[in-house]
Amino acid sequence: MPTEKPKKVLVIGSGPIVIGQAAEFDYAGTQACKALREEGVISVLVNSNPATIMTDEGIADVVYIEPLTVDVIERIIQREKPDGLLPTLGGQTGLNLAVELANAGILEKYNIRLLGTSLSAIQKAEDRDLFKKTMEEIGEPVVESETVTTYADAERVARRLGLPVVIRPAFTLGGTGGGIPTTWEEFRAIAKGGLEASPIGQVLVERSLVGWKEIEYEVMRDGAGNCITVCNMENMDPMGVHTGDSIVVAPSQTLTDHEYQMLRTASLKIIRALGIEGGCNVQLALAPHPAVGLPQQGGRAYAVIEVNPRVSRSSALASKATGYPIARVAAKIAVGKRLDEIPNAVTGKTLASFEPALDYCVVKIPRWPFDKFAAGDRRLGTQMKATGEVMAIDRSFEGALQKAVRSLEDGGKSILWEDPQWLDHGALRMDRLPLFANDRRLWAMLTALRRDVDPGEITRATGIDPWFVSKLLGIVRMERRLLKEPLSPALLREAKRMGFSDGSIGTLADRLPEQVRELRHEWSILPAYKMVDTCAAEFAAVTPYFYSTYEQENEAVPDDTAKALVIGSGPIRIGQGIEFDYCSVHAAWALRECGVQSIMVNSNPETVSTDFDTSSRLYFEPLDEEKVRDILENETTGKSPPPTCVQYGGQTAINLARPLSRRGMPILGSGEEAVHIASDRKEFENFCSRLGIPQPPGAGVLTQEEGHAVAERIGYPVLVRPSYVLGGRAMEIVYNDGDLERYLREAMEIGGGHPVLIDKYLEGREVELDAVSDGEQVLIPGIMEHIERAGVHSGDAMCVYPGITLTPAERDAMVDYAQRIGIALGFKGLLNVQFVVMPPAEDGAPAVYVIEVNPRSSRTVPFLSKVTGIPMVKIATKVMLGQSLRQQGYEGGLYPARPLVAVKAPVFSMSKLAGVDTYLGPEMKSTGEVMGVDFTFNAALAKAILASGMMLLPGAGVLLSIADRDKPRAVPMVRRLAELGAPLYATDGTAAMIASLGIKATVLTRKLDEGHPNVVDVIQDGTVKAVVNTASGGRTVLRDGFHIRRAAVERRIPCFTSLETARAAVNSAANGMRGVSILPMPEYLKGPRG
Amino acid sequence: MSDRACLVLEDGSVWEGRALGARASAAGEVVFNTSMTGYQQILTDPSYGGQIVMPTYPLIGNYGINAEDAESRRIQVRAFIVREHCAEPSHYQSRETVHDYLAAQGIPGIADVDTRAITRKLRERGVMMGMVTSEHSPGEALELLKQAPPYQGTDYVREVSAKEPYEWTATARGPGAERHIVVLDMGVKYNILRILRAKGCRVTVVPAWTPAGDLLGRKPDGVLLSPGPGDPALLGYAIETVRGVLGRVPVLGICLGHQITAHALGGKTYKLKFGHRGGNHPVRDNATGLVHITAQNHGFTVDGDSLPRALEVSHVSLNDGTVEGMTHREIPLMTIQYHSEASPGPLDNVAIFDRFLDMVCGASKARV
Repeated sequence: MPTEKPKKVLVIGSGPIVIGQAAEFDYAGTQACKALREEGVISVLVNSNPATIMTDEGIADVVYIEPLTVDVIERIIQREKPDGLLPTLGGQTGLNLAVELANAGILEKYNIRLLGTSLSAIQKAEDRDLFKKTMEEIGEPVVESETVTTYADAERVARRLGLPVVIRPAFTLGGTGGGIPTTWEEFRAIAKGGLEASPIGQVLVERSLVGWKEIEYEVMRDGAGNCITVCNMENMDPMGVHTGDSIVVAPSQTLTDHEYQMLRTASLKIIRALGIEGGCNVQLALAPHPAVGLPQQGGRAYAVIEVNPRVSRSSALASKATGYPIARVAAKIAVGKRLDEIPNAVTGKTLASFEPALDYCVVKIPRWPFDKFAAGDRRLGTQMKATGEVMAIDRSFEGALQKAVRSLEDGGKSILWEDPQWLDHGALRMDRLPLFANDRRLWAMLTALRRDVDPGEITRATGIDPWFVSKLLGIVRMERRLLKEPLSPALLREAKRMGFSDGSIGTLADRLPEQVRELRHEWSILPAYKMVDTCAAEFAAVTPYFYSTYEQENEAVPDDTAKALVIGSGPIRIGQGIEFDYCSVHAAWALRECGVQSIMVNSNPETVSTDFDTSSRLYFEPLDEEKVRDILENETTGKSPPPTCVQYGGQTAINLARPLSRRGMPILGSGEEAVHIASDRKEFENFCSRLGIPQPPGAGVLTQEEGHAVAERIGYPVLVRPSYVLGGRAMEIVYNDGDLERYLREAMEIGGGHPVLIDKYLEGREVELDAVSDGEQVLIPGIMEHIERAGVHSGDAMCVYPGITLTPAERDAMVDYAQRIGIALGFKGLLNVQFVVMPPAEDGAPAVYVIEVNPRSSRTVPFLSKVTGIPMVKIATKVMLGQSLRQQGYEGGLYPARPLVAVKAPVFSMSKLAGVDTYLGPEMKSTGEVMGVDFTFNAALAKAILASGMMLLPGAGVLLSIADRDKPRAVPMVRRLAELGAPLYATDGTAAMIASLGIKATVLTRKLDEGHPNVVDVIQDGTVKAVVNTASGGRTVLRDGFHIRRAAVERRIPCFTSLETARAAVNSAANGMRGVSILPMPEYLKGPRG
Repeated sequence: MSDRACLVLEDGSVWEGRALGARASAAGEVVFNTSMTGYQQILTDPSYGGQIVMPTYPLIGNYGINAEDAESRRIQVRAFIVREHCAEPSHYQSRETVHDYLAAQGIPGIADVDTRAITRKLRERGVMMGMVTSEHSPGEALELLKQAPPYQGTDYVREVSAKEPYEWTATARGPGAERHIVVLDMGVKYNILRILRAKGCRVTVVPAWTPAGDLLGRKPDGVLLSPGPGDPALLGYAIETVRGVLGRVPVLGICLGHQITAHALGGKTYKLKFGHRGGNHPVRDNATGLVHITAQNHGFTVDGDSLPRALEVSHVSLNDGTVEGMTHREIPLMTIQYHSEASPGPLDNVAIFDRFLDMVCGASKARV
């Protein structure tokens, strides 16, 4: 039956970036909205995440940046009256909301159709029992399992199946709360945790298929019943590791045609049985040998594991791996198009009803946050832990794997990296080698192979197919040849074909990377670029989407036109999120608008920037010096290579400023010099003092003695960090000599001769601004004030536009400093300046200190662009191309504030990272952000609190454990909580403070072994629904509250470690959602009516 | 002996790489196939008689060669061109490497060449003759290539067909093992026989040159005209047999079988620029409007404009609009250009055999 085309469709976005839900849904939503427009359907988009492209002007027809709750969406529905809802493009968040809207009767009430996938299809796929029943009806094998809602039942099932079993909670994203217990103790913890994590209190206890191959198929189906598979993917890590945490290859490498087709047929049968109209992801387990087959299924050698009845992370990967735009096609199918009515945009000739043929190998490696969370549990299982991923394409597996490793940007960890702890005087310690599933397993396997561990033993220890182990062994064999043999043209060519970087070859063959590069040029060993064309070259393709390989024919013949390279930001990780992809995309668009070809380079498959129609040309490549220079050389038509934009792709891109300028490669806008001044402590200090701009006192030190002398001079607390590392890496606030000594000792061990910076920690208000500078004028679209006091990383702080407590004098000082900095640097591009504002002096003079200058686009650029309506990246790109601000119609100085208030709030993924402390400090910990926007501060704040999941439940218990120095400031908040009728629980000191106010609080012990109920008990049993826990002083004090904070995170209740955040949440709870507006974004810019 | 090999093409281009398989030389028409799995089935598919095959997927041999995946009794391709050969395959069924398999049967190959560049050349200029050799210099090879018999104009069916009739006796699993299907073998793939047998048929295979009278003398309930290599216009003997069979028993023609049926009824065929070879070809069934993903392997195609009124085009290619299947308005006949037997390729079209058997059962009921 052809579906009747809807007129107006509501699209629900996926909200903030969290582990399990990253940039892929911005990509999906953006594609979907564009597709709807092509089909003449009006799109209404709602998302709470301001850092997305999808919430930009020009993507959807109507954009709401509002919290993703049923109430909010009902108000949007009332206002917009859509006749369709597209639930499958906003990840699990979007899907769950659609189900809630349906269950609440709202869809029926407003006569809204669910498009693409029916409620019953969603339920059949998501509800474990229904899913199992459906599979049994169509004769597809599933793993033996039972759904339970109580712990007793869970244990009964597990006793029957025997350990290990897999526990999967229903309706959670990224497998949150699941696991594979191997002992009964673990079983108790995981089963109980899983029941908690599931919003419907349901878990599946399942027979473990650990060691089976894990294979995925991306399937499409249209309303007429036409079905295709877009591609299949093989997880290198066998069953047991979440696919989001697995190294994945596309297409499958170890499956015979018989196996490939058997699983493909099963996938098609499943999408038909579910009646999905759009895309779906099918995960299957394949026995590595039929002897391991499931006896109860008559020896069938596979089992269906799971189906996602929506666009997913895997479908983003499959889209980039094949060139087939799954989300775009899914959106068109949802409004009634058939697969054979949708053209294949890549070839321009064929149709969407075909199956892509790959003539290359794709490797995806997840990007884990353990560089930031050293204390985190690195083991991988059913709960996803990666924040992002990289993808690489090559004509060989080795080439793709090595390029993917190079793309990870994990502390410069190359393929040759080995953890010194695995070795004992150079000899391998097998007992220390982490061959179990963990983020370093790839390196552990290579380490073992280098020391002649039998490949069979590695397969037995890891369950990884011998084919992959043999490929790794091939890499190790090449390493040995490079170590031993003289570097000949043949050897070098072979090493390059296996993906070795010039750096790794240099390390092994005892040459500098630059010398290897020179040899390559001398011997004409240069990369060729091949096209991703969906059809293995069978048809001519029109989309210039390229990857490098060492082969004969180069298809990326450069055009002789004006062009510029945009360096993307690589994998999503903490500190470098989707904001930078937003900036890269806008840079590409701005270049094109100016008639300059945009050439995008990026390695992240989840993003809009790597969509084939974002730029004029796309190179899917690692963002390292070698690869970027190769691309620049390939793109050179005249005398000099095209210029490169390094300001948009976060730290990844700006780090290339120096190597590129050193090689005489032109940079678009300001580059290396500004970076140097901003990052070098001494240079920056001199620069500021020349301009008369105050900075917190401090110095760089190289020894313990120097360090203590500086600390004594400026006084504790001090902020300490290694030099030349931005973004809050390994930064700490130190309160005493003991902690300073420890910090300096550790930092000097790792630092390798670089100074440690010690600055006075000024506990004032933190404020930041983003600016566009053309070297003569500096346009400041707006100022953002942090709600938390200085000391919380700016990426983890809530911030308000425009400032709320700033005096005109303070504001003027900041604007003045920013202008002076921009002009003194002659800076062309985007500038981010961070300040600490202390109480004014007696004479009323403002006390504003500059603490950091980032000569590049910052995390707040998308937020500020949206709330001010000033397209900062576009203006900056035009500045870089030579159009002054004035020529663009802008003046320098602070742009008049808009009649709105916007609050940006961070979002964390802590529940997925066992062992990580949630206490906020100078190291960034959040993975995403939301925005609340309204006409008043209270309304905007309430929305931000609601959207970030920090809203307090009325009348629910609150646990307070507040540091002594915060106690006086906490008084108003405690009173407010009492007025709200919240039962208060507190540790002894805090309880005494509360009692002194005449307010009742239950005293609890913080010692976990001194009787019950203790602080953790009341969190675990649900007595309290929020925690306020602040600490002062060094690490020891922090350790005390660790259990409280972890318990809160695992119970998924708000936990405030800063008094200011807590106060904001309490105020919001008091004000509620009264008087809150729900409006499309442009309405806020216009100001309140009347 | 050096481990080097080269591929030379009719246009004079030379591609140097590593020798694979037998140290020998072979000429043939160079074609590419876009399937990502199923190299063993491709190597043994008789429809590749006279051709040098190049998979576009670069990693070949990953799961080795096994005892189950052969589609005929030997390797049928003249030579094999790959980007990368896997010397250490991994699969529980694997018995040997592709290299050993080729070497044992005297088939030369070449690895480490830019197969994508060659594919692009064939796409632009059309398929052409080529030679793979590890024995001759490129210059010598180009000379030898000129003397090689041209692909077009050679009857490869005589080479690949069964020489004597035989019965396919693998165990039947399906219900009612009483229908007798005679397969005219112009280069049949075992999987066609396996499927028919699995569906409960008695299966007899006869040589391509079997006269209609002899064939009908075996009292078939249905006749299957098999796929096979080369130009259908050269197969006068088989076309004659088809003419004698049509209308007397239900007929299913697959690939070459489809093409000679067109000839038998007065239609024509022509050569495509670079053919259809792969497992991802979309075909529309005109009766239902639905699109099926099919496995294909053909260099010639039926000219839709040449068909008599009695023949109806039942399937068309979505890629280029060519004829992919026919039915007859009066007699029990269906033909498909694609490979419903898959192997390699998608299993989406196995139901064609059921439709054929329905036709067979319907016809025999009518006779009773």
